Amino acid sequence: MTQPRREVLEKLTPVLTKRWLSPDAWKIDVYQRLDGYAALKKALDVHPDDLIQLIKDSGLRGRGGAGFPTGLKWGFIPQGDGKPHYLVINADEGEPGTCKDLPLMTYDPHSLIEGAIIASYAIRASRAYIYIRGEAVHAARRLRNAVKEAYAKGFLGENIQGSGFDLDLVVHSGAGAYICGEETALLDSLEGFRGQPRLRPPFPAVAGLYASPTVVNNVGTIASVPYIVLGGADWWKSMGTEKSSGPMIYSLSGRIANPGQYECGLGITLRELIELAGGMKPGHNLKFWTPGGSSTPLLTAEHIDTAMDFEGVSAAGSILGTTAMQIFSDQDCPVYATWRWLEFYHHESCGKCTPCREGNYWMVRTYRRILSGHGTYADLDTLQDTADNIFGRSFCGLGDGAATPVVSTLKFFRQDYLDYIEGRTAPRLSEKALVGAH
Amino acid sequence: MKTVDEVEFSPAATPLAEKLLEPALEIIARYPAGRSRSALLPLLHLVQTVEGHVSPAGVAFCAEILGINKAQVGAVATFYTMYKRRPTGEYLVSVCTNTLCNVLGGQQVYDELSEHLGVGHDETTADGRITLEHAECLAACDYAPVVTVNYDFAIDEATPQSTIAMVEQLREGGDLPTPSRGARICSLRDMQTQLAGFADERDGAIADGLAGAPTLRGVTLAQQHGIAVADFNLDTPITTTKDRRDESAKAVKDSDPAVSPLVGRLPASATKPAAKPAEGKVTRVAKKAATKVKAAAEAVTHRHAGEDLPGGDVKNPETRTAEKRNPTMGEPDRTGGATATEPVPSNPAEASGVAQNTAAGDGKPAGDDARPAAASGAAASDVEEKK
Repeated sequence: MTQPRREVLEKLTPVLTKRWLSPDAWKIDVYQRLDGYAALKKALDVHPDDLIQLIKDSGLRGRGGAGFPTGLKWGFIPQGDGKPHYLVINADEGEPGTCKDLPLMTYDPHSLIEGAIIASYAIRASRAYIYIRGEAVHAARRLRNAVKEAYAKGFLGENIQGSGFDLDLVVHSGAGAYICGEETALLDSLEGFRGQPRLRPPFPAVAGLYASPTVVNNVGTIASVPYIVLGGADWWKSMGTEKSSGPMIYSLSGRIANPGQYECGLGITLRELIELAGGMKPGHNLKFWTPGGSSTPLLTAEHIDTAMDFEGVSAAGSILGTTAMQIFSDQDCPVYATWRWLEFYHHESCGKCTPCREGNYWMVRTYRRILSGHGTYADLDTLQDTADNIFGRSFCGLGDGAATPVVSTLKFFRQDYLDYIEGRTAPRLSEKALVGAH
Repeated sequence: MKTVDEVEFSPAATPLAEKLLEPALEIIARYPAGRSRSALLPLLHLVQTVEGHVSPAGVAFCAEILGINKAQVGAVATFYTMYKRRPTGEYLVSVCTNTLCNVLGGQQVYDELSEHLGVGHDETTADGRITLEHAECLAACDYAPVVTVNYDFAIDEATPQSTIAMVEQLREGGDLPTPSRGARICSLRDMQTQLAGFADERDGAIADGLAGAPTLRGVTLAQQHGIAVADFNLDTPITTTKDRRDESAKAVKDSDPAVSPLVGRLPASATKPAAKPAEGKVTRVAKKAATKVKAAAEAVTHRHAGEDLPGGDVKNPETRTAEKRNPTMGEPDRTGGATATEPVPSNPAEASGVAQNTAAGDGKPAGDDARPAAASGAAASDVEEKK
């Protein structure tokens, strides 16, 4: 294991992760000692429109994958429309590789709650929901406890800190559907329906939860808000790049010496991140990696110096996504990896859009055939054709997400597919996996 | 919308209603009045606290208390993975087999555990202790491969040996294993209480589960090397352009704050002095529960639920969107009666063909009324004139 150089270490920007080092930061007293709820007091003293402007000035972009400017999103909420507004926090973390929101909610839940109160005040919402993934039980446990503490101290409820602003916050557990991480599916699920994406427009800012104006933000986005309120937009922009400002939690996993969460300014490269993580695992060489979860097109060793910000990753032909970097080596097979992801997308497809529902069904079967040594050259064309027909033809990003690993592995690792088809690689799956494939 | 005491629980739902009415009302009270369907997901978790899975009785209970039909509940219950359709064991053991855990050994852990227990995915051991499942990404890839028990992180960097040893300990039922990063282990049914949104009442359970090294790796490195973000000043002023007490700073409540939280959903007995006579066991339970809930709700003065909206909110969001897009939806199609000018064909042959085949003018498919005319030998144009 190699020690990272000083200039790389200085790229670390512990902001959102800072309190994780204090084992009791989930308790409100400890949180308050560590600057907690100071931002809320400051925020409640200014007009909500000034807060929206502050977030716009900071250049904060959504941490959930799409990177939409947060201030702009808040500004879309029509004011004075006589309708109730809602803030919904997307804590349905489930994108394969992503593991940054769960620790945040477990070890520093009050920062999310404080951000939620400020955001609700800014968009004039009197009710907010945290839709947390069902399986995230420990995070939910801590979060519910934190909400209770916040009510007891008068940070939630009526007339918060004497400001005249009221807010109710409900922690709502999901029930194990990946699709509910998609914002409109999440809203359907929160209304008590199957989580299926809605056709847009109307966008949630106009007709979201209960057909009322709604802001849906990721955990990381909302948890960033108190720091911007405290430190100011200029301080926030001192991290990251011009168009992608601020710190980001990079989740590194796979064939590296020290997997984990590394919070750095946006724009760091994978080479630097691997250095922070102590290098690759001994005997492993980087082969392919996901820049932001499995729904983003794979990148290869040649992209190791790509700047990990919204623009840099787009220029490399992928998406920054959730900055969940799963790192695979020359000992991992991209065909097998893609098959396993497709089994996931096949299982999680909600069934609303035919291309995604049927396409994943067939692609999974084609992969099983290739991996059990019965693949044909035509299978590669079938995969490419199916993926092309899913991409851009579904209501939400799940369909696109399923098509991207297929298209990117076919592009970068065609030889690995041919090795299965031409018998140079031993089959990975047994014949029984083939039932129904022909 | 009906109030709860008007709900006639069916015989199938009655046993559950007797046990769960009180917490169910508490769950419903979390959501705005008229939006009670939002409570469906937590209610389904609640049903599993008793039965360990969602049975037909559980579906009936949810449907009846929310005033929706069983098909609507069934459609939701079958959509989500965490609602089990068959009885489950005391502990649910999930092994992540998504790509990253898979290649780092998760598949092998699952396969060996499955063989050891003699059960496959979503199956329960004969002694009723363990339900096994392979799970999709559990959001702990920096600890891969991971195994959870009742969804709490139990083993990090799992191996077949460590997993089988832990599961054996669970089966024996003596000293329970200590999970790696979750709270102390409870039964799956008790976990469902928490999933339904109720606090974990066990002493010290919330404090359990320290952060592991991977979670803290980046921030620890920064601390070791004295790295912090420069120029962080808590008192940086916010640029203000408007008066804070401006009217536009006010939020619109989703319901009237003057009205107590549960009015409209509570039995008449809880809100009106003249209660109608109790009619059955369930009704009595309902009233007893409702009084308790109302007392609890009054203590919690921060909730602003109000009167029920007419008809509640049982409309499918998709229907809502469709109606918004097409406000005349549901009215008869009027295009048939419209008098659109016929395009004049420029081609003489086509023109003569059009002349002989007048379009149907009443919205019926062309040819419908031409047929009897053709049978009698009259020209289509004659039929048109006879009208």
